[in-house]
Amino acid sequence: MSATERYLKTKGAPSLAELEAVGMLPKLEDLARGACLCIECVEEIPCNPCETSCPNGAIKVGDPITNLPVIDREKCTACGLCIPSCPGLAITMKRVQGDRATIRFPWEYVPVPVVGDEVEMVDRLGNVVCPGKVIGVNAAARNDRTLVVGAEFAAEHVLSVISMKRKRS
Amino acid sequence: MEKHKPVVVVGAGPAGLCAAIELKKAGAPVILLDENDKPGGQLFKQIHKFFGSREHKAGTRGFTIGTSLLDESLKLGIDVRLETEVVGVDPGLRVWAVRQRASSELIEASRLILATGATENALSFPGWTLPGVMTAGCAQTLINVYRVLPGKRVLIIGSGNVGVIVGYQLMQSGAEVVGIVEALPSLGGYGVHTAKLARAGVPFYTGTTVVRAEGVESLERATIAQVDGSFKPIASTERTLDVDTICLAVGLTPSLELSSLAGCRTIYVPELGGRMPLHDEYMRSSVQEVYVVGDTAGVEEASTAMEEGRLAGVHAAWSLGYMSDDDMKERVDETKQRLNALRQGVFGQKRFNAKARIIQESQLR
Repeated sequence: MSATERYLKTKGAPSLAELEAVGMLPKLEDLARGACLCIECVEEIPCNPCETSCPNGAIKVGDPITNLPVIDREKCTACGLCIPSCPGLAITMKRVQGDRATIRFPWEYVPVPVVGDEVEMVDRLGNVVCPGKVIGVNAAARNDRTLVVGAEFAAEHVLSVISMKRKRS
Repeated sequence: MEKHKPVVVVGAGPAGLCAAIELKKAGAPVILLDENDKPGGQLFKQIHKFFGSREHKAGTRGFTIGTSLLDESLKLGIDVRLETEVVGVDPGLRVWAVRQRASSELIEASRLILATGATENALSFPGWTLPGVMTAGCAQTLINVYRVLPGKRVLIIGSGNVGVIVGYQLMQSGAEVVGIVEALPSLGGYGVHTAKLARAGVPFYTGTTVVRAEGVESLERATIAQVDGSFKPIASTERTLDVDTICLAVGLTPSLELSSLAGCRTIYVPELGGRMPLHDEYMRSSVQEVYVVGDTAGVEEASTAMEEGRLAGVHAAWSLGYMSDDDMKERVDETKQRLNALRQGVFGQKRFNAKARIIQESQLR
């Protein structure tokens, strides 16, 4: 894979190589150390709610606000407030513990997921990667209808999983 | 006296509302006219969270921004006249308005602020008149205002932000998006928007166009094909998709009827939607008493429209003696800073340059 595949502008989502090229693919040691903030925001757009939502100053956009966000892993407490703040739904929190991985991701579809739901985890192009299980649903009012869903799945897929498959109503 | 005549703002979308709010705050008499039965323009159809910074209300959903602007205009006691269509403007700045298609009135304005928005472009191809073929804005109105799902299987033509945002909202409403077609080799919309559709399994077809739509009573199938270097479909690449809805998201064109009647000179700027009135850095047209703001002055976004409205409102209030030189300068500077912030980066730079060209051209004439 090379960064010149231009997946983002032809298939709609960045490849792992494109993410790595801009430093937005987490390292496996970061994922194993604890919940790891992942931001997939590779285009310079004028936007900084991630920065202003963080109570610890762990995300820096600065001036101009078209800068790509930069993460300070030392400052991040994995509180997850940034996840629903992102209008682009581009923020997740991932963690690896042994052979299991967890992800917290933004979700704006009905039906509202329920803890215990058996789901299918998908990659950035919507391909089903592996089965998963919903382990948390945060519907706090301050998130303004963007749910934060937690799910667990097999750790080997931690880099490719980005969300879960939408249930057809 | 000029100062005691009202400033008339036409169009109660984000730009017009913000202009009226600034004028009223400064103490100027203002009348806000809109042909629809509700104010807000397109804001109440925008159910997604907006980009920008805190000053731009980033992270807030469009309809929430609409509600707060309306609350502010109510609190200020702005004279908002709905179902009121402006059908004429004469050189003496008399505004001819028709109310509820029944009564007409002539308002003598001191300044006129035109915030009349833009019209969606259509695309013609065999079958384009079948029921089920509509513009993306039409589908967005159906789902987000009337809560009616236009179809179950949707093909979207055009991958700009409008196409991908409406595509995502159609999925949120329960439809399937079977594909997004883009004639250019690259997708147009923000990557974070396209990524929402991609992870839901929506295929993007770049270098592709719609060839024909077919169906007996209404749309049943669409045929798409790749295009050659001159955007002609290549027959051997045709493929047919079962769809009941086609959404056209192929750009917008500024609505120029009223600025033309007012005698405003125009300029052709393809990056901002075609022909539009010239304006200076304060959004003043070639007719000094007429301002143009929002999409009618070049198609951009709700966030830029609001700032342009504020700019015109502040300047018009100052020009009538309702604001001191210092206050005007301060307000204009901070508004321009917010505007410039929205016109940066890979997407914004093109719009920034186009706007600079319009302002430069307005000084030459």
